[in-house]
Amino acid sequence: MAELNTGDGGGKKGSKKVRSKKSNSKVDLTAMVDLAFLLITFFMLTTSLSKPQSMDLGLPDKEDKKEPEKDIKVDQRRTMTILMGKDNKIKWFHGLLEAPEPGGAPTDAVYGKNGLRKEILKRVVSIPQVTGDKDKGMIVIIKPSKKSTYRNLVDVLDEMAICDVPTYAIVNDITPEEQKLIDEMNK
Amino acid sequence: MAKVKMSKKATSIDMTAMCDVAFLLLTFFILTATAKAPEALPVDTPSSTTQTKLPETGLVMLTVGKSDGKEQVFYGMKDRAIRSGALDYMAQKYKIEFTDKEKAEFALVDEFGVPIEGLKQLLSMKSSERVKKGVQSGVPCDSINNQLQDWIQAARKANIENGGTKELDFAIKGDAKEFYPQIKKVMDILQDQKINSFNLVTGLRGKDY
Repeated sequence: MAELNTGDGGGKKGSKKVRSKKSNSKVDLTAMVDLAFLLITFFMLTTSLSKPQSMDLGLPDKEDKKEPEKDIKVDQRRTMTILMGKDNKIKWFHGLLEAPEPGGAPTDAVYGKNGLRKEILKRVVSIPQVTGDKDKGMIVIIKPSKKSTYRNLVDVLDEMAICDVPTYAIVNDITPEEQKLIDEMNK
Repeated sequence: MAKVKMSKKATSIDMTAMCDVAFLLLTFFILTATAKAPEALPVDTPSSTTQTKLPETGLVMLTVGKSDGKEQVFYGMKDRAIRSGALDYMAQKYKIEFTDKEKAEFALVDEFGVPIEGLKQLLSMKSSERVKKGVQSGVPCDSINNQLQDWIQAARKANIENGGTKELDFAIKGDAKEFYPQIKKVMDILQDQKINSFNLVTGLRGKDY
């Protein structure tokens, strides 16, 4: 049916009429198949790749303040607090603000591989060793300030997923001392 | 002579069957692909490394973005049955009558951002006019006039009425440059209705991030 016109000069130089008729009946489909496969590839890729990604986020139940809140004591060696300021600035400290853990004093950092991630990864490994219990891993407290953006929040949450931080929470109440740190950072 | 002819024939391949198959597949993919509707409120989502995809059905999307320097929230429901169910609830609550034609039109609206009072006017427009800048001003979601909350409630009620066995999924699609308090406001509205788990829509980020 469809064959490449190879222009066969196979003998019979005299019968030119017959040869031209034959070549008319054959259509070269190669280009058409090329095009079809190109379009197939395009549609295949766009249908599965266009779906947006989504990040699951679970927040604790909002309490109606009817029952007196019970403070749960948490080992301060396990907590790392991340304060998010404006213009993609970030500050973190390990332990309590008044009495930070060794090497955990409030420090400025940047988002990404070489900034925050290094610090988190270091502590994800070291904290269970310090507490001596595998189940008592790191707790990250994320405190987004009013000037931080949604991108910052997603970046930090992504960092939690990358580093496999066992426990993390978004906390909205910022203490006056922490607010001071944020103001300092925003300057 | 006969030997030469044989070798020439081997170079030609019958492409017909291949062409048939290619076009069959092409037709299939074109038909299954869903055309991307123009977004009423275009937002630039932040990227993350998560691989989970958004669910296709039973999803309510809350788009938080900025247009003309104002914070806006747009509301969209994925299932058509839930759309019409939710509209009935809202019509009842706000005492606005919708004609059957308007109801049918609303079932086709992917996402909208007008107060319920302006919905009639929006539905009378052509879909190309709706996405023009300045036409939609966002769903009111402040403490005095919290229609967003009512829409969420309406969608959940409609889902139950439809015999939905699964709770609706809620997704927040926020602009990367949006400040945190604005996102938190939407999260709070969801949490006020005891929706504590939701999705954040993000783009895909490279592996080496």
